[in-house]
Amino acid sequence: MSKPLKQIHLAAHFPGVNNTTVWSDPEAGSHIEFSSFAHFARTSERAKFDFLFLAEGLRLREQGGHIYDLDVVGRPDTFTVLAALAAVTKHLGLTGTINSTFNEPYEVARQFAGLDHLSGGRAAWNVVTSWDAFTGENFRRGGFLPQSERYSRAKEFLSATNELFDSWNGDEIVADRQTGTFLSDAKAGAFVHQGRHFDIEGQFNVPRSPQGRPVIFQAGDSEEGRDFAASSADAIFSRYATLKEGQAFYTDVKGRLGRYGRRPDQLLILPAATFVLGDTDTDAEERARGIRRRQVSGATAIKHLEFVWNRDLSAYDPDGPLPDIDPDLGEHTIARGRAQVRMYRDPLATAREWRERAAANKWSIRDLVIETGNRQSFVGTPATVAATINEFVQADASDGFILAPHITPGGLDDFADKVVPLLQERGVYRTEYEGTTLRDHLGLAHPDDARAEREAS
Amino acid sequence: MSSSPSPLHLAVALDGAGWHPAAWREPVSRPRELLTAAYWTDLVTEAERGLLDFVTIEDGLGLQSSSHTEPDGRTDQVRGRLDAVLIAARVAPLTRHIGVVPTVVATHTEPFHLSKAIATLDYVSSGRAGLRVQVTARRNEAAHFGRRTFPPLRVEDYETPAGQELLTGLFDEAADYVEVVRRLWDSWEDDAEIRDVATGRFIDRAKLHYIDFEGAHFRVKGPSITPRPPQGQPIVSALAHATVPYRLVARSADIGYVTPHDADRARAIVEEIRTEQTAAGRADETLHVFGDLVVFLDDDPAGAGARRERLDSLAGHPYTSDARIFTGTPSGLADLLQEQAAAGLTGFRLRPAVAGHDLPAITQGLVPELQRRNAFRRAYEADTLRGLLGLARPANRYAAATA
Ligand SMILES: Cc1cc2nc3c(=O)[nH]c(=O)nc-3n(C[C@H](O)[C@H](O)[C@H](O)COP(=O)(O)O)c2cc1C
Repeated sequence: MSKPLKQIHLAAHFPGVNNTTVWSDPEAGSHIEFSSFAHFARTSERAKFDFLFLAEGLRLREQGGHIYDLDVVGRPDTFTVLAALAAVTKHLGLTGTINSTFNEPYEVARQFAGLDHLSGGRAAWNVVTSWDAFTGENFRRGGFLPQSERYSRAKEFLSATNELFDSWNGDEIVADRQTGTFLSDAKAGAFVHQGRHFDIEGQFNVPRSPQGRPVIFQAGDSEEGRDFAASSADAIFSRYATLKEGQAFYTDVKGRLGRYGRRPDQLLILPAATFVLGDTDTDAEERARGIRRRQVSGATAIKHLEFVWNRDLSAYDPDGPLPDIDPDLGEHTIARGRAQVRMYRDPLATAREWRERAAANKWSIRDLVIETGNRQSFVGTPATVAATINEFVQADASDGFILAPHITPGGLDDFADKVVPLLQERGVYRTEYEGTTLRDHLGLAHPDDARAEREAS
Repeated sequence: MSSSPSPLHLAVALDGAGWHPAAWREPVSRPRELLTAAYWTDLVTEAERGLLDFVTIEDGLGLQSSSHTEPDGRTDQVRGRLDAVLIAARVAPLTRHIGVVPTVVATHTEPFHLSKAIATLDYVSSGRAGLRVQVTARRNEAAHFGRRTFPPLRVEDYETPAGQELLTGLFDEAADYVEVVRRLWDSWEDDAEIRDVATGRFIDRAKLHYIDFEGAHFRVKGPSITPRPPQGQPIVSALAHATVPYRLVARSADIGYVTPHDADRARAIVEEIRTEQTAAGRADETLHVFGDLVVFLDDDPAGAGARRERLDSLAGHPYTSDARIFTGTPSGLADLLQEQAAAGLTGFRLRPAVAGHDLPAITQGLVPELQRRNAFRRAYEADTLRGLLGLARPANRYAAATA
């Protein structure tokens, strides 16, 4: 007997600070004005997406000692935008990337619990751990960490925030006018947390929110990052969205859950992906090639090569061959403020592989960057794209995708109107929101129910 | 009284069910909804119907307490609150004219985070954002962060040398905090985003600036990750009861909230702030000094008094406040406001004793009364909070430096 069809989860990543965004397109609007966020969120909700996702960076990127100027630069504050979006949407989950190194648990817990209250249970936190001193220079406490401690702090940060979320049961506010009892328990919110990174105690001042705890996302890719996700997250935002890479990542991460007493369905795997639609598959392919060339200008190609070479390569011709000198293996100084990616961690091997591939395919620097920088992109007619997304999800390359269109804010409109109905026809995608909270959309248990289940078993 | 009084500015301070500790027990109150978006939306839209300049939203990093220095363990008053910046952001898209001014605590938060949050509040409100900066020496709140400790300090100790030293340190730190927030707002020039297709540059990086702040308490590099907000500089405000905080107002703020109990005291405070303002080299800048008042408003004075007594007896003791408490009619309050305005206050921040009762009494009773006296606007006449307050959009300090 064949497996029942998996239901696909879809989410929208507001495009911004990376070269996905084609800001030069005449249809590209503001990436700062609230009207752009509102448009993007309304389209996501029309498409019955699970949530809207915001990335985060806490220092403007630099290259060669200068602020990077070729991509979109600048973004608004995550919590503030998400709270405002709660006013213009009803169902859409609101997922914010918030760093665990440059924040304090009491404050972050207040903000997420507050967002959960003000959105009626739609808040999610993508816990990231960027640790660098470069970013730390924006924080009064110089709050940076040795790289080796990023997950130790993140884990303790998350357990401290969970203690705060759990410090109210949810039934303490009785507000009995007759007796004058507002709180049934003077100790509501009491907590004590002592650990290596945090030694805090007192009373949390936000009563329990609709979801109990926000949904937790994780986006690190190292062994430690994957274990952190397997032990503590509800969903993982990954880079691996092709069929093969996706399946390998999916198997690896889902395989880790048992070690933490969790079932595979308690962690959703949602890779980042882009898409390009066309009237025919050929038309879409052609459009995709055009978009890639606009995403990767000659200057952008050189800058991307510099991330690996850790040298100034501005003298090279982007339409010429790759440099035959090797990367500089000293401290990485050329590009700062970027999320660390594995391919940059062994630059010699990466450079060797890239030179070989470029030579074999007669690729210029720019061709190479276009080819290697290409994320999973679903390219084709709406029917092709719907079929491929469904195929990938049914084949366990993921549980769905977080889609980042290349145009702000209208880049999702066609997807909502043309692809979503086809997924609905196949019976693999909701036609209405079944519940009101993000946990409902994602099929995750409320933490109180989860606790009851654990205690019963 | 002068025959053509200059128009007043009016704000309301929102806090839970209202400022009287028994406010939540009134039939009109909605004590189980204090953590919902609907509750806050209703309050702020009511304030907007009254054409008020702005609302402030109280906040704190611990449970509310009847004690200034420590938790009180009481269960008969409203406890639990939401982050004020988030409330302001949640309400902003649903209003069009009124300013939104959340409270932010400088002592335990990061000016980098806060600067971008208020800049973003300015974007989501199209130019109606501000902040009210506050310090805290409460030991329990410090323990929530675990990064610093404070000596015990009772209200009686404020005037001792040790108390003054602690408070001066906290206010100096708050002044640095505001300086960082303001520099970050200016760290992008207004026209930094160029989208120059020919050169492939999205921004002109010469128009972005490191703020390189170094103070006694912290350093911050910059630039902000958020472009300069619509108002350039959102409104900075602070509540002040004594010389040290008056100095913060005079040096760093656009609005100070003060608590004189009579016109003479109002005159003296305004004079002190103006002197400090001149000393700080800001004599030519508009700095509003608002009087704070708690209000119990009813159509007849006896009704207001009886209501106050009823609330006091529910609370078990008479209500006291740092601010003057007005109990009476809208027209009596209008008289008082005009008298204090004549003493030099440029506006008022009214604290409704019961939000569900006294806020509508302000918007539907006091405001029409002031309009009849030509002392308050009849329509919103500006799109931004700065505009409502008569403040120009400031030039960017870094652009000025390089021009
Ligand atoms: C798909 C994906 C998206 C990410 N987005 C962000 C982000 O928006 N902000 C950020 O600071 N880090 C981001 N990161 C980086 C990390 O989450 C992570 O904290 C960092 O890479 C260190 O963890 P690691 O060594 O386990 O990868 C992202 C990582 C991945 C895989």
